[in-house]
Amino acid sequence: MSSESLSPRQGGLLDPLIQSEAWQRFSHTGFYRFIVFPIGQIIVFIVAATVFLTALAYLVALLIPEPRPNIVLSDQISRQLPGMVISGISIGFVYAMVALGYTLVYGVLKFINFAHSEIFMFGSVIGFAFMNFLSSAGVLADWNPVVLVIATILISGIASGLLAVLIERVAYKPLRNAPRLVPLITAIGISFILQDVVRALASITINDFNLTYPTRNIAFFQNPIPVVIGTNEVRVRMTSIIIVIAAVIMLLALNYFVNGTKAGRGIRAISMDQATSGLMGIPVNLMISLTFFIGGAFGGAAGALFGLNVGNVTPYIGFIPGLKAFTAAVLGGIGNITGALLGGLLIGMIEAFLNGLLPYFPAIGIRYTDIITFGILIAVLIFRPSGLLGERVDEKV
Amino acid sequence: MATVSAMTPAKTGFREILSRPAVGLAVAILYVVVAVLFVFMLDRRSLWYPLASLVIAPIFLLSPLVVASLSMPRIARIVLLVVMFAVVMPVVGISNPPYLELAVQISIFAGLALGLNIVVGFAGLLDLGYVAFFAVGAYLWGMATSPSETIFTENAWTVSYWASNPDLSPLAAGFVAFVQSGAFFFVMFIGIAAAGLVGVLLGLPVLRLRGDYLAIVTLGFGEVIRIFARNLDSPINFTNGAQGLRNIAAPPLPGFYISFTESIASVLGLRVDNPAVLAKQLLFYTIGLVLLFVIILVCFRLKDSVIGRAWTAIREDEIAAIAMGVPLVRMKLLAFASGAAFAGAIGVLYAAKQTFIDPQSFILLQSITILAMVIVGGMGNVKGVVLGAMIITLVELHTLPNLSLQLNALRNAGQLNIPTQLDPAKYQPLVFGFVLVLMMLFRPAGLLPEKSRRLELMERNEDDELPKEEPISDAVLVDGSVPQE
Repeated sequence: MSSESLSPRQGGLLDPLIQSEAWQRFSHTGFYRFIVFPIGQIIVFIVAATVFLTALAYLVALLIPEPRPNIVLSDQISRQLPGMVISGISIGFVYAMVALGYTLVYGVLKFINFAHSEIFMFGSVIGFAFMNFLSSAGVLADWNPVVLVIATILISGIASGLLAVLIERVAYKPLRNAPRLVPLITAIGISFILQDVVRALASITINDFNLTYPTRNIAFFQNPIPVVIGTNEVRVRMTSIIIVIAAVIMLLALNYFVNGTKAGRGIRAISMDQATSGLMGIPVNLMISLTFFIGGAFGGAAGALFGLNVGNVTPYIGFIPGLKAFTAAVLGGIGNITGALLGGLLIGMIEAFLNGLLPYFPAIGIRYTDIITFGILIAVLIFRPSGLLGERVDEKV
Repeated sequence: MATVSAMTPAKTGFREILSRPAVGLAVAILYVVVAVLFVFMLDRRSLWYPLASLVIAPIFLLSPLVVASLSMPRIARIVLLVVMFAVVMPVVGISNPPYLELAVQISIFAGLALGLNIVVGFAGLLDLGYVAFFAVGAYLWGMATSPSETIFTENAWTVSYWASNPDLSPLAAGFVAFVQSGAFFFVMFIGIAAAGLVGVLLGLPVLRLRGDYLAIVTLGFGEVIRIFARNLDSPINFTNGAQGLRNIAAPPLPGFYISFTESIASVLGLRVDNPAVLAKQLLFYTIGLVLLFVIILVCFRLKDSVIGRAWTAIREDEIAAIAMGVPLVRMKLLAFASGAAFAGAIGVLYAAKQTFIDPQSFILLQSITILAMVIVGGMGNVKGVVLGAMIITLVELHTLPNLSLQLNALRNAGQLNIPTQLDPAKYQPLVFGFVLVLMMLFRPAGLLPEKSRRLELMERNEDDELPKEEPISDAVLVDGSVPQE
């Protein structure tokens, strides 16, 4: 969502429109830069990912028309398409929000925050703790669901953000000038510590570390909403809608923060050149802490939304979503905020399509979905290490 | 040989006295004798046995390293080490089998850590999926001998099938004889080759990556191997899936192991119920020790060879290394392959010793545990890595479980009430996490740092007091001789 991409290219179809004075004036208003443009971008990404994957799926259907006797793959695709797209979008936004944490920290410190997946886990556990507290106080059902969701997101986001800042202060800041492998190893250590501390707390307080969200019993979250698309009816889960709405709002806020505020400008400056921005009077340490806070808050909020969606979390849920979000960040181009969004949506969609269609291939089956994500990660790193939207960076000697 | 005094200059009188060969030898012998006495003094019925054992096991098991570190005449060191490994360890092990088990596990993990040390310490390529190669070796021997209903057992392809059904045809009989005598070592070589090949296969796509990207891709690779091990039970059952492979065969036990065990036990006045089990442990101890010895030797030779120096060059600066004509591709692949090959060989030994493997034996935590060994000991330093493997293995398999046992004993005796959720044995990841973080924060070069790495990491923090050139005459070699000018 960087503003550079606003600059029009010459010779495009839309040239007359873009060069018109009204458009020029409109494109410089805050309404366009912070509301219309990012939403448009999200819609374009969703449509592009959907079209791309649908085309791919039909291509597979052309090559293998009947993966199993009496099952025509193309029929299955058209029947399942709306459901797959919707679940892909909702899980994709979760990945995108987690990927933002990787990408923001990478942009500023050029370092992969390996412990971010555990921040995500922490957010989901905090969300559980909050709801469990309300539930044991007997007031959970009385709260307005919308207020409940907002409060959960805020609480788990802020708690996770603070945890991320704490981790940065304790484990990364003293090592800022050390060889690159050193903070990576501390990050691995931190993630094991977080898993075990959460497990210890959970098993001491409620004697179980398999945490089931108490929203299971609330009709608002559980009853699916039927949506009729064409001839088939799709049941959309309320939690999916909540994820999409919350994620879009948070992404708009992030876009405004990074591109529209002074602090955001500071963060962008540091990501370009840390030493020089320090000389220019930008409080580097504060900005880095802020970056960790925002990344952590997004990861934690995504964790709470994820927990709300799947209904059951453990101290070990962070690893796989974290790795997928990392793949998303790399796919989009690590360090690039728009790229994280695109990558997250793509990975979410790919996962939803695989989950929807792989069961028709008995030889492969759904068990290998994770391997395919790793395959994408390795393929991206080999063939386009700068990602889809990243710039090619030459190796500095 | 590294100098002891170069690390901590011989300033104090104590160190100076200790660095005399005769004193060193005397101290070493005294240490070993006292450690052995401690072990024999342990009373297994005492309430405090777990705690006492927790203290004494490390004292005893670290004694070979003490002998290797103190200054003494070379002959004395070799004799002392041979006596320790060939006599003291088996005798103590027969009287106290858990210590023998610990020694076997230490040799297994020290070998693994040394293999990872080639990749991480020598060549500077952070590999978080190292356990995958270990799994390749372990599954190779497991699939070859386990009676679990895999495709191998169904088609009677396993080693144990051949061994128990000696056919009448001379070819098959000859093969059975071979299987009974040396199949284990044969499969070990296949394991070396297979894991090395997998190492190259992993190395090829990640050649261009470095640093954190490499770490994540290797982590993913480790998970991929584990997912395959878990899911390759259908459509064709190769690995028996999540149930794992059970009753994996051990290598054939030479008869004299049992008679040796029995005679030692009778000398010590111990009643051994099943000498074959103990003798089998002794066999694994021997194989593990020989394997570890070979690996240490290969590591030392590799480090000082052209290959080792090329790895150091790559680790320090890849671009400069290319500019100096280091064949980058070949050297990186070689690092992956040789590290993997060690893991493959040890995987075969591990499967035979554990008799059961499943995908859960090869999770990420296992890779991180091995990495922690390398880091705690000191990346790149062979002796340091062995020390790190000893410490981490002891913490994992002895200290934490014994703490749990002690707490349990106290709880049963009604003296202490700590909730079972806080059982220390359950918090191994927590302890390792703290170890990694604290080591990186306060001693990033490890307990016994490699020289160049120590300099590199110290000059950042202590710019003013760069390690000064020691006057050479102050340095005393490990074996006590003053270096010749």
